[in-house]
Amino acid sequence: MMELVKNGVDNHEMVINMGPQHPSTHGVLRLELVLDGELIKQVRPNIGYLHRCFEKHAEVLQDYAKVIPYTDRMDYVSAINQEHGYVIAIERLLELEVPERVEYARVIMAELQRIASHLLGIGAFGLDLGAFSPFLYLFTEREKVLDIFEKNTGARLLYNYFAVAGLMRPLRDDFKGDVAAFVKSFRPKIKELDDLLSYNSIFVKRTANIGVLPAQVAINYGASGPVLRGSGVAWDLRKNDPYSIYDRFDFDIPIGRGEMGTLGDCWDRYIIRVREMEQSLLIIEQALEGMPDEGDVMASIPKRIRPKDGELYVRTESPRGELGYFISSDKTAAPFRIKARAPSFVHLSMLPAISKGALIADMVAIVGSIDIVLGEVDR
Amino acid sequence: MSELFTSMPFLAGLLMHAFVPLTIILVYALVAIWAERKVAGFIQDRLGPMRVGGWHGWAQSIADLLKLIQKEDIIPTDASRFWFKFAPFMMFAASYAAFAVIPFSSAYIGSMIDIGVFYLLAVTSVLTLSVIMGGWASNNKWSMLGGMRSAAQMISYEVPTIATVLTVVMVAGSLNLMTITELQSGNDTLGFLPNWLIFQNPFLITAFIMFFISILAESHRVPFDLPESESELVAGYQTEYSGMRWAMFMLAEYADMLLLSLLGAVLFFGGWNSPFGEFMSGPAWGFFWFMLKGLTLVFVMMWIRWTLPRYRVDQLMHICWHILIPLSFVNLVLAALWEMIF
Repeated sequence: MMELVKNGVDNHEMVINMGPQHPSTHGVLRLELVLDGELIKQVRPNIGYLHRCFEKHAEVLQDYAKVIPYTDRMDYVSAINQEHGYVIAIERLLELEVPERVEYARVIMAELQRIASHLLGIGAFGLDLGAFSPFLYLFTEREKVLDIFEKNTGARLLYNYFAVAGLMRPLRDDFKGDVAAFVKSFRPKIKELDDLLSYNSIFVKRTANIGVLPAQVAINYGASGPVLRGSGVAWDLRKNDPYSIYDRFDFDIPIGRGEMGTLGDCWDRYIIRVREMEQSLLIIEQALEGMPDEGDVMASIPKRIRPKDGELYVRTESPRGELGYFISSDKTAAPFRIKARAPSFVHLSMLPAISKGALIADMVAIVGSIDIVLGEVDR
Repeated sequence: MSELFTSMPFLAGLLMHAFVPLTIILVYALVAIWAERKVAGFIQDRLGPMRVGGWHGWAQSIADLLKLIQKEDIIPTDASRFWFKFAPFMMFAASYAAFAVIPFSSAYIGSMIDIGVFYLLAVTSVLTLSVIMGGWASNNKWSMLGGMRSAAQMISYEVPTIATVLTVVMVAGSLNLMTITELQSGNDTLGFLPNWLIFQNPFLITAFIMFFISILAESHRVPFDLPESESELVAGYQTEYSGMRWAMFMLAEYADMLLLSLLGAVLFFGGWNSPFGEFMSGPAWGFFWFMLKGLTLVFVMMWIRWTLPRYRVDQLMHICWHILIPLSFVNLVLAALWEMIF
């Protein structure tokens, strides 16, 4: 650096900390930026500010069922999807049958949660780019989803609702009606969102050709979910490795096509989430039709969960990507190890690769477009 | 000279010309901050402030002001204390001083000088200096980035602002804002339209559009609010400021918004002239019409703020240097040709 000092002017690069209290790092992420003016020379994500020892907790709790509330707290924006993956893993471990009504209810709730999560993701993304009002419009819609959850689970953020081979408490009688009303009211809002934000020329200018993630790089890093699909790879675990009853539904996998710029840019990743909400609505409609009106919400399960010796990896499609649970069990009631594979963590690791030569403003757009939740990154 | 300064009429005049614009600015700032929150609320399907004062939270700004006065005055340890303290006051002084040449009504103008437009543009360029001063003196990297951005932005956008203002000055043939306003009285363009300059020459309509874009950028409003973009630079040059010093920045910013809007009203929309000719005219109505026109432009600025995302710093520069500056000069020439032919 020192050889740059000429004529008494010291024009070295500037190291600046973006976060952990920065308004648009989506939580407590700290990015060490090396800047030349506003140009980013190097970026190093620093994580660990929200580490809550998920794995250790899971080991000492002495009960597989008691881990469910902890899975909620990993990705607190899509708690239902985290529970869904975990209970499926336990059910496969114990080879349990799940009642039909429960399966349908779970799928409907998981898709509702996906919509709620994407609403927050793209709303916050718009907020990062300075569009304040769309954020609040989307929150109004998210509120309706949360109202449905509140009515049925008693909670608005961390539900602790899915149980092993069942649901914690029965659904309300008007569950189907509420969901159908939401689906009906929500569909026109996506059109509004497209008009207001998605195809807004300033928004497109800020996101197209920014943070380009080529498909090969995405695959090499292990990306999944909307980030991978934004790069044009049609990979969705609901289709490619169906779990629960997803093989019964007819829906598409939206993939990025480089509509506004390069394939795999921020705009592609953004629009995938919008299109995915439409597909989720389709799934919800089909599930509402197929859902039996009567039935138990709890299968008979052993009083104490003691799986046999073994290892198991179950992966599900959370709104952020492939959420995997690796469970290693011995014959005791306590899991030997539960490891969660968090998509946000993987996506965050790609940040240095896709943000070279970006400006600070682009950095904000890139962090917003990979839609990380720090609770899931740190676990 | 010394006699002049000690004479009573002079002192009285001095005080009056100091207090009239100040009162207008302060009252306006309180109302505008409340209105901004109300506008934001209505655009976003919510109510905005509703509690303080009873009727639609009208006293919210006053409560905020009282809170800001009580706040601890924090100066970062390693900041350049003098410049850090000086910057907000300089910024307010600059936008306040510029109000001197604004003709608020046919009966009141702070200072009737013949180079009013020139003076106004010159004084407001001091704003840039105070922003960069505040940003640099804070000894904070985010503040400095904000200050630098703002310097680049304001200096760039002064060029198209001046070019469009020049178009009007050329058509009106005067730099005195009072004279420019008086030119626009009457109601006989095309038989019914007021004689406002914007209706006099088609190239003044385009000039107004460019002028409006430029003043959005000059007063740091969305989509050009890069110096204080909270999602990128935390709060830009204001990051380290708190309490009254921060309030001075806000006050200056709102004053600047009003100043440029009022300038737009004078240059394009007939200043204090009534839109109905002789009907509802006179000094008091003149003040009403003038503020109404200015505040309408302020409202449009707020409306834009709560609708659009923001540009990136290089796109901002691109718009200025590649689009607005060439267009505004071409527009100037075309307006001149139109004046020659018709």
